Amino acid sequence: MAERRILNGNAAIAEAIRQINPDVVAAYPITPSTAIVEHIAKFVADGLMTTEFVTPESEHSAMSMCIGSSAAGARVFTATASQGLALMFEMLYIASSLRLPIVAGIANRALSAPINIHGDHSDTMGARDSGWIQIYSENSQEAYDNVIQAFRIGEHKDVSTPVMVTMDGFILSHAVQDMLVEEDEKVKAFVGEREPLYNILDVDHPITVGPIDFTDYYFEHKRSQFVGMENAPKVILEVAEEFKKEFGREYGFFELYKMDDAEVAIILLGSTAGTAKEVVDELREKGKKVGLVKVRVYRPFPAKELADVLTNLKAVAVLDRAASPGAVGGPLFTDIRASLYEYEKRPIIVDYIYGLGGRDIAPKHIAEVYERLEKIAATGERGELIGYINLRE
Amino acid sequence: MRKMGWKELPPGAINPWAGNFMEVKTGSFRGGLKPVFHEEHCIHCLFCWVFCPDNAIIVKEGKVVGINYDYCKGCGICTVECPTSPKSLTMEKEELQL
Repeated sequence: MAERRILNGNAAIAEAIRQINPDVVAAYPITPSTAIVEHIAKFVADGLMTTEFVTPESEHSAMSMCIGSSAAGARVFTATASQGLALMFEMLYIASSLRLPIVAGIANRALSAPINIHGDHSDTMGARDSGWIQIYSENSQEAYDNVIQAFRIGEHKDVSTPVMVTMDGFILSHAVQDMLVEEDEKVKAFVGEREPLYNILDVDHPITVGPIDFTDYYFEHKRSQFVGMENAPKVILEVAEEFKKEFGREYGFFELYKMDDAEVAIILLGSTAGTAKEVVDELREKGKKVGLVKVRVYRPFPAKELADVLTNLKAVAVLDRAASPGAVGGPLFTDIRASLYEYEKRPIIVDYIYGLGGRDIAPKHIAEVYERLEKIAATGERGELIGYINLRE
Repeated sequence: MRKMGWKELPPGAINPWAGNFMEVKTGSFRGGLKPVFHEEHCIHCLFCWVFCPDNAIIVKEGKVVGINYDYCKGCGICTVECPTSPKSLTMEKEELQL
């Protein structure tokens, strides 16, 4: 029987890793993901895991060790946040281009400067082009469920691509929630064994891992790398289907909340979805046709599937918890807007940057966005393309 | 050597062909200059053979006999280290093969 537990996001991810018992965990602690690593260290010390737990001198070394271990056929996990993920940057690209299905648990946190330890999506958005699959979580339960599915998705032979499972720093990493922890044996059986594409320790089949390419082969190797990401959507849905059958909880590329007859909608990533659902409920009681789209899988980006939903709406607001200075709005906004370009019938769309450095977003702020969307829908007039929520002028 | 297309490459950019540098002629690195051997001036001290970073000086029975242009990358170290006057190795222009 699944056990009802009160866990914060860090403990939830660590619990999944205890059950999965990867061959190697190499991680360097950084707020707000530190507790993931601490929990795993304790599980290993207490004999609850047989994982080779390595404590390197930096995140750059942590990811390097993950790459080496994964190339040797190991199942590998790491955890980090913010500056730690930034320090891993060059190794992130190596992991994905070598097609190594490392799983990383990320507690999203703002990037310096100024130094800030609180939650926003700047860190993982900075890594959005690194070739990693990115799955965002709304709560502890989703963080736990997503980590379990991440190993199956990343390690699938058609995908063989590393996966980041993210949760908002502090809001999820440090807030306890009521959730279900599945039975150890069921989780182990669900995840199964890794079958690596290649193994650098297989001396009967000597290979070079990480060779040099010049102008003659780099382009071809890069193109062949993208196949993993292109195959990922099908596998993500298959794994979600199997997960639902085994554990009862449903997942897809995104979650639709009260979207059936919605005329306007907010679309966002992560924990703010919980707050937004409350606001949708309140507005629905007043008869407003509002809905919410929570994107779970950000890379690969479910462009067509989202467009199928959004093209039926009159107005859409994208909420970005990261900025992209000099770009046409935040990263989620630019992806969604580009996805809609193919369609003649498309909604008016606006972007809001919110919650940088952990700035609160309250129900009233979200209600104001819906209010504006209804005005846009009624008048057809958009106004400012990019706005900021709860920012002092 | 025919270059493979992206669909033919093994995943993860691995190289499963151990020792395949035998087939990769790094002489293509040369940028318009190649060393030319002048046997008449050579004293067979083998300085060029010692200093060549690519083992591209061909030596038979203790004597320099020529240059392996398949692997000579045209660095010119041999012509600098050559102690004879006039030099037994000189850099000369060659057509680039693009």
